[in-house]
Amino acid sequence: MADEPLVLGIETSCDETGVGIVRGTTLLADAIASSVDEHARFGGVVPEVASRAHLEAMVPTIERALKDAGVSARDLDGIAVTAGPGLAGALLVGVSAAKAYAYALGKPLYGVNHLASHICVDQLEHGALPEPTMALLVSGGHSSLLLSSDITSDVRPMGATIDDAAGEAFDKIARVLNLGFPGGPVIDRYAREGDPSAIAFPRGLTGPRDPAYDFSFSGLKTAVARWIEAKRAAGEEVPVRDVAASFQEAVVDVLTRKAVRACKDEGVDHLMIGGGVAANSRLRALAQERCEAAGIRLRVPRPKLCTDNGAMVAALGAEMVARNRAASSWDLSADSSLPVTDPHVPGHDHVHEVSKENLYS
Amino acid sequence: MLLLALDTATPAVTVALHDGRDVVASFSQVDARRHGELLLPAVDRVLADAGVKLDAVTGIVVGTGPGPYTGLRVGLMTADTFGLALGIPVHGMCTLDGLAYAADPGEGPFVVATDARRKEVYWARYENSRTRTGEPAVDRPADIAEQVKGLPAVGAGALLYPDTFPDAREPEYVSAAALASLAAERIGAGVELPAPRPLYLRRPDAQVPKNYKVVTPK
Ligand SMILES: [Zn+2]
Repeated sequence: MADEPLVLGIETSCDETGVGIVRGTTLLADAIASSVDEHARFGGVVPEVASRAHLEAMVPTIERALKDAGVSARDLDGIAVTAGPGLAGALLVGVSAAKAYAYALGKPLYGVNHLASHICVDQLEHGALPEPTMALLVSGGHSSLLLSSDITSDVRPMGATIDDAAGEAFDKIARVLNLGFPGGPVIDRYAREGDPSAIAFPRGLTGPRDPAYDFSFSGLKTAVARWIEAKRAAGEEVPVRDVAASFQEAVVDVLTRKAVRACKDEGVDHLMIGGGVAANSRLRALAQERCEAAGIRLRVPRPKLCTDNGAMVAALGAEMVARNRAASSWDLSADSSLPVTDPHVPGHDHVHEVSKENLYS
Repeated sequence: MLLLALDTATPAVTVALHDGRDVVASFSQVDARRHGELLLPAVDRVLADAGVKLDAVTGIVVGTGPGPYTGLRVGLMTADTFGLALGIPVHGMCTLDGLAYAADPGEGPFVVATDARRKEVYWARYENSRTRTGEPAVDRPADIAEQVKGLPAVGAGALLYPDTFPDAREPEYVSAAALASLAAERIGAGVELPAPRPLYLRRPDAQVPKNYKVVTPK
């Protein structure tokens, strides 16, 4: 449908330089350049390494996205960019690029929220988001339960991790097991051949008086590390597959249990799961099982759309255009702690008006 | 020729427009923490002052530092993306060269030094205001005292360390007007300007911060 907004989205909140192009809820391009290999030997994302890589990769990635989508930059209806939350220096590279691109092309600019983008990306896979939607976002950077009645204006935090993100726990345990970085995919692989009930690892914040929707993975991380160290100290071989499976089970058990409970409590019959950890096969399977049992419809985008990418930013940008939300100003800044309750960063109108006039009057 | 010059490698956010003969408009604002916010409005203002639109520009000149990285990248990323959107060339120019060009240190060699933070300076030696001798470097002032002894010095890095640079002078920060003038001069003389590559001069700090990747606001 040619009258749906054609939007280019830029994402640089962490280590992926993502440029996506969508028309409404249709994905046209999803170009990614990742610096993950450069971070691997440090066991985590080094902000300065990520920022340098974003600067290098940005222009070629924009060019690739336009080519893949087969559209001309002149035809875009808007440029969207992750304004936060994320690594400050990394975000700033994307925001600088988006502002310059929008300004040079005479297009409106939309600074949007990274977390809301993770939810909105599902529109590219399963069509318009049901309203309201419950969303479980799990990655190396976030573990949150969010309830949204309108992804462009109303995102309510139900719960979040009080310490580590779920993905961080995967990375840490992979490191302890000497399996490398990032930990998610490799733990998933080993866990498939292990017994998830071999070791009873703790389920954080699941007691009767604990907050119903918050998460904690720090205690689990420590418990697994201690268990492994005890084995090693005793000179015994560490059953890597069973440890991976039992650890993974503890994480996804808590995530799905709380997500389903939040849906029931709020009377929401849709759950979407996004973020890098949504690629985890056991999380998908257990969520499917528990949602079915509870009469909830589960929506999980394909793995490539779950990890950080530009298409998700474009998807939310297109929704901003479609719903006539205010564009951002030319002095838009990167906000490393942009609250989840701000799906976008609307500008002070006059700045935009003046600029447009100077440019294309 | 209509060159748009910009630099964010020093605490100044500075933009200028040069038509091949003169600087036709320029604007600078000093705020080391807000490069990202201030640059686009500054470009907008300079274009408005000159009464032209961005698509009239035929080339971009950007200061490549050395300078504190986060700010430096704002200028480079903006320049690169303008170049992409407009299909025009983007040239790099060492920020210290711009400072040297604007300086008036009298006869003979001199030094340009900017603040590299962490008690260091980015610096280079100049034969005259158009000729740098050697590559820019980053050092502790005390460690280069012998090399710069007796030379006048310009830039905030010189003004900050009077023990090493007793003959320190203005300007403190680079101006895009100077960068643009120098670039126009060189282009006019048929000199090819370098690509817009950042001069970091230091390796990235390689430690992963505690709680890396935690981006969910508390
Ligand atoms: Zn993310």
